[in-house]
Amino acid sequence: MTEATISTPDAEIAGDSVISIRNLQVEFPTQLGTVSALNGVSFDVPRGRVLGIVGESGCGKSVTARAILRIVERPGRIVSGDILFKPGRRKRGGAAATKPGRAGSAAPDSANGSVEGAGEVVELTALDPTGDRIRKIRGQEISMIFQEPMTSLNPVYPVGDQIQEAILLHQTPDRAEAHKRAVEMLRRVGMPNPERIAKSYPHQLSGGMRQRAMIAMALSCTPTLLIADEPTTALDVTTEAQILELMRELQEEFGMSIMFITHSMGVVAQLCDEVVVMYLGRVVERASVDDLFHDPKHPYTVSLLRSIPRIGVNRGIPLEVIKGSVPDPYSSVSGCPFHPRCPSAMKGLCDTVLPEETTIAGKPDHTVRCHLYPGSTPAQVASSGAGE
Amino acid sequence: MDDTLLEVTDLKKYFPIKQGFLKRTVGHVRAVDGVNLSVKRGETFAVVGESGCGKSTTGRTILRLEEPTGGEVVFQHSELGKINVETASAKVLRRIRPEMQIIFQDPFSSLDSRMTVGRIIAEPMIINNTLSGRALRDRIAELLTVVGLRPEHASRYPHAFSGGQRQRIGIARALALNPKLIVCDEPVSALDVSVQAQVLNLLEDLQDRFDLTYLFISHDLSVVEHIADRVAVMYVGQVVEVGTTDQLFYSPKMPYTEALLSSLPTPDPRKRTRPTLLMGDVPSPANPPSGCYFHTRCPYAQDICKQEAPPLRDIGDNHLAACHFSDELQLKGASRLSEVSATLAATPQSAAAPQPGGQDSAASTASAQEATK
Ligand SMILES: Nc1ncnc2c1ncn2[C@@H]1O[C@H](COP(=O)(O)OP(=O)(O)OP(=O)(O)O)[C@@H](O)[C@H]1O
Ligand SMILES: Nc1ncnc2c1ncn2[C@@H]1O[C@H](COP(=O)(O)OP(=O)(O)O)[C@@H](O)[C@H]1O
Ligand code: SF4
Ligand code: SF4
Ligand SMILES: [Mg+2]
Ligand SMILES: [Mg+2]
Repeated sequence: MTEATISTPDAEIAGDSVISIRNLQVEFPTQLGTVSALNGVSFDVPRGRVLGIVGESGCGKSVTARAILRIVERPGRIVSGDILFKPGRRKRGGAAATKPGRAGSAAPDSANGSVEGAGEVVELTALDPTGDRIRKIRGQEISMIFQEPMTSLNPVYPVGDQIQEAILLHQTPDRAEAHKRAVEMLRRVGMPNPERIAKSYPHQLSGGMRQRAMIAMALSCTPTLLIADEPTTALDVTTEAQILELMRELQEEFGMSIMFITHSMGVVAQLCDEVVVMYLGRVVERASVDDLFHDPKHPYTVSLLRSIPRIGVNRGIPLEVIKGSVPDPYSSVSGCPFHPRCPSAMKGLCDTVLPEETTIAGKPDHTVRCHLYPGSTPAQVASSGAGE
Repeated sequence: MDDTLLEVTDLKKYFPIKQGFLKRTVGHVRAVDGVNLSVKRGETFAVVGESGCGKSTTGRTILRLEEPTGGEVVFQHSELGKINVETASAKVLRRIRPEMQIIFQDPFSSLDSRMTVGRIIAEPMIINNTLSGRALRDRIAELLTVVGLRPEHASRYPHAFSGGQRQRIGIARALALNPKLIVCDEPVSALDVSVQAQVLNLLEDLQDRFDLTYLFISHDLSVVEHIADRVAVMYVGQVVEVGTTDQLFYSPKMPYTEALLSSLPTPDPRKRTRPTLLMGDVPSPANPPSGCYFHTRCPYAQDICKQEAPPLRDIGDNHLAACHFSDELQLKGASRLSEVSATLAATPQSAAAPQPGGQDSAASTASAQEATK
């Protein structure tokens, strides 16, 4: 396969986004049948902001993240769709500094702040997943942190050496300089004694410290985009609070974009600027964090928000529940995939016709996929009156 | 008759640390280091705290699934009266076990994958010889219905069920012998929020129907605030604060509780808070610090905290706290999310589209049946 650089004619990067995903479909052929993990996912990751991705387990959050990095596990494959990537971190206000160890390709930018390390649009789905191009992107432009830190930490090397290697590989050939930067990075993520921690092996660190070491490694290349896949799910609230605070600080300082995958509505509310809600391999709603919590539109989003225990609100009152459970991944649901569980489902429409994504009137950044909203029912169906 | 079902006094469980070729004991992990708890009949008593603080070990030692290193566990048995569980003979244990059951966190590994669901639920009844034949089958069907599954599920294997359904199977098994006390060890932590709500509602429903008392172990403070009547906070093997849910959440008297509460991410973007961050890590239970175990991270620590361990004492209204300065400190409680946005109050309905021809439009309270497909 030849490596494409410029966006393909069938998709374009939206506005000032670092990533634009369009109609992404990913399948896993298995012995029990084909699992359609992603059924046409589309969304953008805004530059210099934090995008939250929420949804119940199995809805496709991790597969989406892995597809961006082209590390979807075998035998999974991208069937169709585009993932466009445009490098560059947004500095808020401050003067643009050049990215360390790289030729200054910073392009001046319009209104608020400047973009540094900007580059050309790359079509990630067109890259060879084992090729040089994507490997360079993984090392320098897009980093990922996982729920389980041992996925990215090697148990037989001290953590400082591992961060240092990553820096040597992509940023500077100078060992002493790389070591200095590795220790500095460990200090930045709040390690109490970075010199000593640098010499520690992963098993000598607590869960929270390992998570911080992994974040230090992911950030050592000051990426354009950090993908965090449930990085705090296994941690205590106290450690989670430390890590979230750290993410906020580093995001401000480096101006990177963060795609934060979580199933905690509390974390979303506290950290994210915008939110994508996924259900069964599709995006069902996308909104600013304020709209999502205070003006949610999709029945699934509403149900999710209602089912969480809220301090001081629903003590002693039964929690709202969503009836049933997520269908198993081998079956396919006709019409709107949420209709078997939806309290607002309309017979004859929701169970047969798949709703399209539509924009909420007066809110260009708020989209939803549900027949309750004008524009979601495909035009030919709406006009033939199938909704009656 | 007093209404205390379970009284735990100075409970200790130390695990030996063995090292070297000869496996000599070089020290001890003080997983549970002098725990005091008093659980009343019919209440939900929650135990919260960070990972490794000894919550599960406390639960397991109370049930004598672990042999205690020291202390007392007194259980009020319905026929035998007060029983010292920690010294009970095997014969007495067999009598009291049916009344003290446990539900585990991980619905995936706590069920034997080679047994049918019916067999899993029948197991405790077969072991205790309570029922057999037709009566046993009827009881299994009844239990499955009670937890919101269907009688015909008895012949299936656990792998055919979702996480929430497996947790229901675990609950049915725990209910089989008509228990009085159920230790719930993180029963909803492995579940998705929507399923978590179903299981929490089921647990509350069963408590009312069968007069159950729960010792509810969890690290999730919002779940605890929702379900608990009283709460104990643990830190490095010790109980550092006990109070009613209101006392503990809205007027904490121990700095560690304050820090835990402030770390809780509030599910409202209009209420963004900066938590009181705790410095450093939880001390190792193999080598706890001197004095107050929390002094290495406490923002209010004074010299005395390094030297003297504060006892757990009643600071009024049965609110217990272990801190030298409980009376002076003005600690901050959880922020109440009193108002819920209007949209969440109503079911989404279309202005343009026809009235939802909805099936059961009341997606409200978890009638257990809703969980079955
Ligand atoms: N069998 C054992 N042998 C040695 N140490 C043990 C054993 N079981 C538990 N521990 C230790 O005892 C301490 C308390 O463990 P416990 O499992 O009770 O914690 P917990 O509060 O339930 O934590 P979590 O929230 O992670 O479930 C920990 O330091 C743990 O490593
Ligand atoms: N390696 C794999 N083999 C088969 N199916 C997979 C694999 N990885 C993920 N899937 C399926 O893809 C869907 C989405 O999974 P995932 O993205 O991991 O969900 P989550 O939203 O919990 O991160 C699920 O149905 C899952 O079962
Ligand atoms: S399209 Fe119909 S079934 Fe789907 S979410 Fe909207 S109302 Fe519910
Ligand atoms: S006794 Fe001292 S160190 Fe312990 S919680 Fe109170 S103030 Fe903090
Ligand atoms: Mg995942
Ligand atoms: Mg535990």
